[in-house]
Amino acid sequence: MRDLRVTFTRGGRRVHAVNGLSYDLSEGEILAIIGESGSGKTVGARTLMGLLPPSAQVSGSAMFDGTELVGMPEPTIRHWRGSEIAMVFQDPTRSLNPTMKIGTQITEAIRQHSDLDRAAARDRAVELLKLVHLPAAERRFHEYPHQLSGGMRQRVVIAIALAGEPRLLIADEATSALDVTTQAQIMSLLLELQERLGMAIILISHDLGLAASYAQNVVVMYAGRAVEYAPARQLFRDVRMPYTRALLGAIPQLERPSHGQLPVISGQPPDPAALPEGCPFRPRCDISTDKCAEAPPFLEHMPGHWWACWHGEAVHPVDPAAAPGASASPAASAGVAGEDGRS
Amino acid sequence: MSQAINGTGHGGGNGVGNGGRAPGEPLLEVRDVVQEFAVRGPGGVKGAVVHAVSNVSFAIGTGETLGIVGETGSGKTTLARSVIQAPRPKSGEIRFLGTDLMRLGRRALTQARRQMQMVYQDPFGSLNPRWRVIELVEEPLLGYDVKPASARRKRVDELLDLVGLNPSVYGRRRPHELSGGQCQRVAIARAIALNPALVICDEPVASLDVLIQAQVLNLFERLRAELGLSYLFISHDLALVKQVSDRVAVMYLGQLAEIGPAEDLYRRPLHPYTSALLDSIPGLDPATGQVRRPVPLAGEPPSPIEPPSGCRFRTRCPFAQERCAVETPRLREVLRGRQVACHFPVNVVADTAKDSAE
Repeated sequence: MRDLRVTFTRGGRRVHAVNGLSYDLSEGEILAIIGESGSGKTVGARTLMGLLPPSAQVSGSAMFDGTELVGMPEPTIRHWRGSEIAMVFQDPTRSLNPTMKIGTQITEAIRQHSDLDRAAARDRAVELLKLVHLPAAERRFHEYPHQLSGGMRQRVVIAIALAGEPRLLIADEATSALDVTTQAQIMSLLLELQERLGMAIILISHDLGLAASYAQNVVVMYAGRAVEYAPARQLFRDVRMPYTRALLGAIPQLERPSHGQLPVISGQPPDPAALPEGCPFRPRCDISTDKCAEAPPFLEHMPGHWWACWHGEAVHPVDPAAAPGASASPAASAGVAGEDGRS
Repeated sequence: MSQAINGTGHGGGNGVGNGGRAPGEPLLEVRDVVQEFAVRGPGGVKGAVVHAVSNVSFAIGTGETLGIVGETGSGKTTLARSVIQAPRPKSGEIRFLGTDLMRLGRRALTQARRQMQMVYQDPFGSLNPRWRVIELVEEPLLGYDVKPASARRKRVDELLDLVGLNPSVYGRRRPHELSGGQCQRVAIARAIALNPALVICDEPVASLDVLIQAQVLNLFERLRAELGLSYLFISHDLALVKQVSDRVAVMYLGQLAEIGPAEDLYRRPLHPYTSALLDSIPGLDPATGQVRRPVPLAGEPPSPIEPPSGCRFRTRCPFAQERCAVETPRLREVLRGRQVACHFPVNVVADTAKDSAE
């Protein structure tokens, strides 16, 4: 993916949804794309699927195994969708047809992508349901979506996504609507599938914890731009972009004592129809200077670690020494100092 | 700041006041609350009952925040609604400010609710889209007959300042002209308008982005410190609950699995379910830089229509034994200040002697 840009016309205004997004994805890799609502993370992924509204104008390049996806005509992209790249969305209820038995829905998806006959497709469907560990798969085959729990529905959606044996699965907030224990189940399923089928996965999420645990590489997006991109551990250990740092600080952590004030930044993300000149994070950034009036380039400053900030060298990780027992924490936010809870 | 608020807030003559409360009695005391709903069972069979909340007891002290965590369908929202009597639970006792709400008539209940307000998850859904911010915040004052109009207007400005919205900038706006975080601030201003003793927050930041979420959480903390509020704070997010709570209760399938001081409970969960919940959270320990890769808990939560006999968690519990199917574990104190409903609590054996000696 190189310098992807997507704009829409909405209400007579040009909305810059994606404004420069670049990353690499290897075979079998898990990549997380992190950002808040409106940061362009979903639009960027939908581009790969050819699922953009007609008013969208796309530039840049998205090469998938030597094939350019940007500008691909609709009939070709329809073939790609599902068989090479599949997508799982947040709400499994909306991805399933409530009036059709789940077995029928999977069988249909299988026949779309192969020339199996009805009976063979049916066997394959049951096989897929077993692959995603749907309990009592044969019985569930004849049930309707409303008869399943949220976690089971998401398993069915994943089974449908796997019907075309895609090489890339895009999970767009696929576990956000689920409970933590169900989320852990679905994520371990995705990991298992990734290992067994050698599939690459793009995890789109607002949850940095999820990215940290499961992804090899993480892209952080802000205002339609990739602002930081690094191997997951590297990113959390050595964050360089002030926005990523703010995100990390704002998340309540199990390890923090209760009742602290969370470090927050003021302001809101810019209006995508009226992006400011220069660095989009500038109005909210506490280390911005006059230099930031010019947009910082997205560069590989360290091997594998990219960021778009003029002052990346000056940014320090969130709580470097907040280890249990470390009494003097240099990150002087009220919530972090001291471990003297009520033990 | 809090003085100015007290000046206009209380109208007096509430029917419910501190009068009936013995010294040392908690602000809210919930005892053996049961809430059940009749539904049609599988196959349309009549007479099935959803055991939404079963024998839940807890207390909240003045100025204290009790967090309730649990997954979808664990009954945490039903429990909150039982506390405010909407609808009234099937049985149990809910003593609030010295009065048993279960026995109050409609009018007395309306007065009692003045002291307990709710903040809901969906900030847009809880605000009338056609009203302006000042009208929205004025409504509770009107509803409880705060007079005169000039006092109400002054109070509205005060409240908007308090929740961090400039009245001259945001006062005339309607909900669709606000962001999600700003809407939630308006909802909070409405909730605290009448100086309640208790604010019940049901997933108040679940629909907000992390940066906005942090701002709203900080606002809750500030209001707690400035106004001496007590919160009943409901969320599915364990880290978030810990951030705001003094004590935490863990719910599973309509029952309390465990309740105790937040710090202890997270450091050393006693109930296998709490332990499994904590193990399900992905993340990175900011202190050690170590990745936490979740350990999934097997199985699905059973149906609240036919909860398992004995301990309701036993069908998924790695430590379940025969006794768990036969005998329902009661919530009992196993360590000081820490109650658990489990026959075989985890993390307890080695330290029992030491803790009880403290």
